[in-house]
Amino acid sequence: MPESVHSQDMDQSMVDAEQAVEPQSNDPILEERQIVVLPGATETAASFQFEGEGHTMGNALRYAIMKNPAVEFCGYTIPHPSDPKMNVRIQTNDTTTALEALEKGFDDLMDLCDVVTEKFTAARDQFNAESGNRMEA
Amino acid sequence: MAPLVPSQEELQRRRIIGINAETVTNIPSTDFPGHWPGESHGWALDEFKNKFQVEFHRNERFEASFSLIGLDAAVANAFRRILMAEIPTIAIEDCFIHNNTSVIQDEVLASRLGLIPLKGSIEGINWMHWFKKASEDGSEEEDGPCDFNTIVLHLDVECYKNEYADKDEQDPRKLYTNAHVYAKDLMYMPVGRQEQYFVGDGAIAPVNPDILIAKLRPGQKIEMELHCQKGIGADHAKFSPVATASYRLLPDIKIERPIIGDDAKKFAKCFPKGVIGLEPVTSEEAAQPGSGYEGHAGEQKAVVKDAFNDTVSRECLRHEEFQGKVKLGRVRDHFIFNVESTGQFESDMLFLEAIKVMKLKCNRWKRGLTDLMG
Repeated sequence: MPESVHSQDMDQSMVDAEQAVEPQSNDPILEERQIVVLPGATETAASFQFEGEGHTMGNALRYAIMKNPAVEFCGYTIPHPSDPKMNVRIQTNDTTTALEALEKGFDDLMDLCDVVTEKFTAARDQFNAESGNRMEA
Repeated sequence: MAPLVPSQEELQRRRIIGINAETVTNIPSTDFPGHWPGESHGWALDEFKNKFQVEFHRNERFEASFSLIGLDAAVANAFRRILMAEIPTIAIEDCFIHNNTSVIQDEVLASRLGLIPLKGSIEGINWMHWFKKASEDGSEEEDGPCDFNTIVLHLDVECYKNEYADKDEQDPRKLYTNAHVYAKDLMYMPVGRQEQYFVGDGAIAPVNPDILIAKLRPGQKIEMELHCQKGIGADHAKFSPVATASYRLLPDIKIERPIIGDDAKKFAKCFPKGVIGLEPVTSEEAAQPGSGYEGHAGEQKAVVKDAFNDTVSRECLRHEEFQGKVKLGRVRDHFIFNVESTGQFESDMLFLEAIKVMKLKCNRWKRGLTDLMG
C-alpha cells in the first residue's frame, strides 16, 4: 500500500477554541474608577473629582455630608455637561478632615439605604398581606 | 448646652412649601446643622429610623405607587434617577442581518428590535456579565461573545401565499402566512450555562409577544441573528427597566377662613373630585363668636377631605371670593412615587434594586477612598 504523502505526524487534531475567562467581579456599575483630589487641597478643605458620576450621587452625597455638624461647607458641581466628571468640595472645622467627612458621607448614605430597604420591605409585605388578592400572572 | 428643640408647629411650618398664584415660597431644605441657631439637625440614624415611613397605595405586578415620608429630595431624586438609568437589564444590542428583503430597512429594523423589552430569569440576569466593548483608541480589545455575556435570539421568517385562503379574502394575514412578524417570532437559543439559568418561565422572551416588528409579502424574508447584552439606561433608553419612574410631593390645602354656601360649591369645583367635601355648619360652630360661621348653622361649608388626589392646579387662587381664605402647599418630605416596569422586573423589586445599586455605588467609591488615605 503506497504511503500517504501527508504524514500522520503532521496532522493535528482539532482543539477547542480558547476558553474565554469569566471575569471575577460582577459589579453592576462598570469598572473601578479613581477619586482624584484636586490641587490646592489642605487637610480640612479639599475638592474631590469623581469620574463617571453625575447628579444622582452628587446631590445625595452633598446632602449626607452637609448633615455632618463638623462640615462648614459642602457643595457639588458638574463642571461641564459633556465631561462625565463630578466635583465635590468639602470644608470642615478642625475636629475632622475633608477626607473623613467624605467617608462618613458614604457610611451615612449606606446606613440610610439599609433603613429604606427595611421599611420598604415591611410596608410592602404588610400591604400585600392586607390586600390579599395580589394580581398574579 | 443641650440643643434647642423646635416646637411641633414650627416643624410642621418648615415642612410645607408654599404655593401662591405665581410664586413658590419656603423652597430649600433647612434641616442642616448650623442653619437654625441652637438646633442640632446632625445626621442621626436612630432619629431617621423613627421618622422615616413607607406607605403603599398600589402594588400591581408592573405598576406600584407608594409614599416615602421623611426623606430629603436629594435622596429621593437619587433613587428616581437610578431607577431610570442605572439598573442593569438585557436588550438586543447587535443584529447580524443575513437576509432582509422586507420593505423595512436594515437599520430601522435593527433599531426597532433593540427597543423590544425582554424578560427572563432575574437570577440569570444577575449572573450575566457586561460585554466589554473595544475602546475607541484600540487600547482595549473586545470580549468575544460568551455564554456569560451574550444571549442569542434568532429571527427567521419567510412569507408565502396561503393556498387554502378564500378566493375573495382581503385580509393579508389570512391570504399569506407570516404576513406580520411579531415579537413572539423571536427564538431564544440557549448556549452553555444559560440552559441552567433561563429555563421554563425564566427563558428569555419578549414581555409582550404581540409587538409588530415588520410586515412581509410573499417571497420576502427576514433572517437574522440577534445578540442581547446587559446594559444600563444611561447608555441607551432600551436598557431602562421602567416605563415611568416619577414622584410628586403630597399636596397640602389649608382653609384658613370659612367658605360657606354657594361659594363652598364653587370652591369644591376648583379641585378634582373627592378633594374638597361639603359639610353642614354645626350649631356649636355657629354659636362661637369670631369663627366666621355665626348665623350660618345648617349651611354647607367646604372642608378638605383628601388632598392626596389634588393636582395643585391653583384654580382656586384665581377667584376673588377665595382671596386670603385658602393656602396651598406641598409637603417637603412626602414623596409619592409611581413606578411602572417594562416587564423585566416586578415594580416593587425595581425600587429595592435601585436602593441596592445606590448602596453598591457608595461602597465602591468608599473603597476608592482607601487609596487616598494610604
